[in-house]
Amino acid sequence: MTDKDTPSSPSRRSLLGWGGAGLALGAAAAGGAVAMARTDDAPPPDAGSAIPFHGPHQAGIATPVQDRLHFAAFDVQTSDRAEFVQMLKDWTQAARRMTAGHPVGEGGYGGLPEAPPDDTGEALGLKPSRLTLTIGFGPSLFDKFGLAGHRPEALVDLPKFAGDNLDRNRSGGDLCVQACADDPQVAVHAIRNLARIGMGKVVIRWSQLGFGKTSSTTPEAQTPRNLMGFKDGTRNIAGTETDRLRKFVWVPEADGPQWMTGGSYLVARRIRMHIETWDRTSLQEQEDIFGRDKGEGAPVGKAKERDEPFLKAMKPDAHVRLAHPDANHGATILRRGYSFTDGTDGLGRLDAGLFFLAYQRDVREGFIPIQRNLATDALNEYIQHVGSALFAIPPGVRDKDDWWGRTLFSEEA
Amino acid sequence: MRPASPVSVVIAAAAALAAVTGCTEKSDAKDGGNVVKVTATDDKCEVSTKEFPAGHVELAVENKGSKVTEVYVLFPDDRVVTERENIGPGTRQRVTAEVKAGDYQIACKPGMKGAGIRQAVKATGGKAVKRDPRLDKAVADYRAYVQQQADETLPLAETFAKAVKDGDIEAAKKAYAPSRIGWERTEPVAESFGDIDPKVDVREDGLEDGQDPATDWTGWHRLEKSLWQDKKTGDREKELADRLITDLTDWRERVGKADITPTSMANGAKELLDEVATGKVTGEEERYSHTDLVDFKANVEGAQKSYELLKPVAQENDKALTTELDKQFAALNTLLDKYRPSTTSYEFTSYDKVGKADRKELSDAVNALAEPLSKLAAAVVVK
Repeated sequence: MTDKDTPSSPSRRSLLGWGGAGLALGAAAAGGAVAMARTDDAPPPDAGSAIPFHGPHQAGIATPVQDRLHFAAFDVQTSDRAEFVQMLKDWTQAARRMTAGHPVGEGGYGGLPEAPPDDTGEALGLKPSRLTLTIGFGPSLFDKFGLAGHRPEALVDLPKFAGDNLDRNRSGGDLCVQACADDPQVAVHAIRNLARIGMGKVVIRWSQLGFGKTSSTTPEAQTPRNLMGFKDGTRNIAGTETDRLRKFVWVPEADGPQWMTGGSYLVARRIRMHIETWDRTSLQEQEDIFGRDKGEGAPVGKAKERDEPFLKAMKPDAHVRLAHPDANHGATILRRGYSFTDGTDGLGRLDAGLFFLAYQRDVREGFIPIQRNLATDALNEYIQHVGSALFAIPPGVRDKDDWWGRTLFSEEA
Repeated sequence: MRPASPVSVVIAAAAALAAVTGCTEKSDAKDGGNVVKVTATDDKCEVSTKEFPAGHVELAVENKGSKVTEVYVLFPDDRVVTERENIGPGTRQRVTAEVKAGDYQIACKPGMKGAGIRQAVKATGGKAVKRDPRLDKAVADYRAYVQQQADETLPLAETFAKAVKDGDIEAAKKAYAPSRIGWERTEPVAESFGDIDPKVDVREDGLEDGQDPATDWTGWHRLEKSLWQDKKTGDREKELADRLITDLTDWRERVGKADITPTSMANGAKELLDEVATGKVTGEEERYSHTDLVDFKANVEGAQKSYELLKPVAQENDKALTTELDKQFAALNTLLDKYRPSTTSYEFTSYDKVGKADRKELSDAVNALAEPLSKLAAAVVVK
């Protein structure tokens, strides 16, 4: 890793080998659920390295899923368009540096003693940890800055789904940043520094920490498990499946609007799991509800996890049967969710669940029909959707002169 | 108030010591030391020379006037190099100091009041400390502001104390918040002394280990609890009211001589916003009276005063910063105006009536101001 643009600012070098190993231990001690989600999930061989920030698509979508998440939704405070655009440029520069493993600005120390350092410092000495930062624009952003005419048709207001119990303080947002990394401290550092740079322009509306990826985009790796103990994401779109990515994830030029070409749409749902009642459920019922066996993850009547599921062998309300593309006219989404445990809920129960993140070319042909079809899902007895947001994910930042949102904001500038 | 930590007390004590270096002593000037004769009268302050070499200097003071006087050697920003109080009519005193090359003022204060009668003097030779006269003026003006706030606070505090001692709970409640405004505007300066803040502005949870709330908790918030929560005052409260006046009088005596620099002014402004962010926005500061927004406003006013005084220099070094600060101060003040009947009134909405969403809005506005304000110190460093 080179650091030629600011020789004085140290790059994050890990003293611990694979970044996050020490922290994973701490997290496991804090809750058995954590350890469960991570069992046998060996670190990918390239853990710690840097993921390129520039490209036709934003990183953090088709990128092999990292271990940790810090997701933040922001509301815009300023009404000054130029100021907001400048912030996007400042964010881009900071993201470019952080994803490469560098501190933001002039670094975390060594500057004027009278001034606070540009970088908050907690990621100094850590590896890039495959940090990706992915920005998205929420529907409400298009009510501001004269952007109304640029709101994509696909950026709909999500309908109310059966069983929704949404907390508006955990929903929506004018924009979002998804920070994923193999080291939680690197992800948190990224969101914290972007929030700081954004002060006066944007404020955090809500944020979510996640651990134990619940979906894999690397089929060769072991499929991770969610907090219910089941393998999740067996049939997910892999980062290497260029054709399926093109068909189901990236917005083609033909779909419009022009500024979204190469982008995607992100649905974020905070799904609370009723962990305690689930844990009292018999193995048979658990397997019936999912439509797969718990150990291997094989579909009902099959021997191996990756065997083609025979949907009709499953109960009519089995989760896999209802969510499967074959039950939804082929609707397919790329899932990138994480488990969360935000302490307890005051009633002695874990405030835990799945922070569901799904990328797709068009929510009207992705998440919406699938979620409607899940209205009769047997799993609904054990889960509740408590937060919801939808964001348009603009295309990637092409090079060092490009910036997040340029295609949207310079189109009419 | 800021929770007192042993460390901050030690630092403040060290600062207090530093402020009185060059103590008076009775020795004669020797080893080629410089003697400046100062002849003080009721309307004059004559010096035998206006230039002397840097290094050890001795003032031979004679009070030929009819009033008790004081003599000071001051930096251009009015920081005290050395001082001598209580010089009676017809008496002589010797005052010594170590001075570096640069400009100073010698001041006599007949009657021990006011800014004094000044004489500009110069210590020559050696390397002069680089100073920006605009920053010296900013510090001197801020020092005057701090003193003025303390001077204006005492009568308001006395009104409050009297109502407590009269057992007039309604009058005491009414006088409570106004008695705190001058303090809140200049709190970082008071905190730099270390010992006054824990006496007058501590909250019950701010008491240290081993301190007993029944005997060791003093000051405004102790009385706040009596007035609003216990709804009664007794002998102990009368005692505490007197004690508050004693402590605030001590503050008024000392505050003008605090160690103030452009950097400490800028950081003090940021600290005032920190006070707002951690104490007022949460409603912790005035948990019984709910007068948090009065303190909030006073903190912002004090921060803005420092900023306005430093602005001419800061603007030259970082125009974008001052533009942003002007904008964010205005935005926060506009937001605060929503909570009072007019822009001159300090009758702010009781904070228990301010809902969660409104509190978040206030918090966001504080963050929007405090973040750029944290860069002010760097913009006023003498280059």
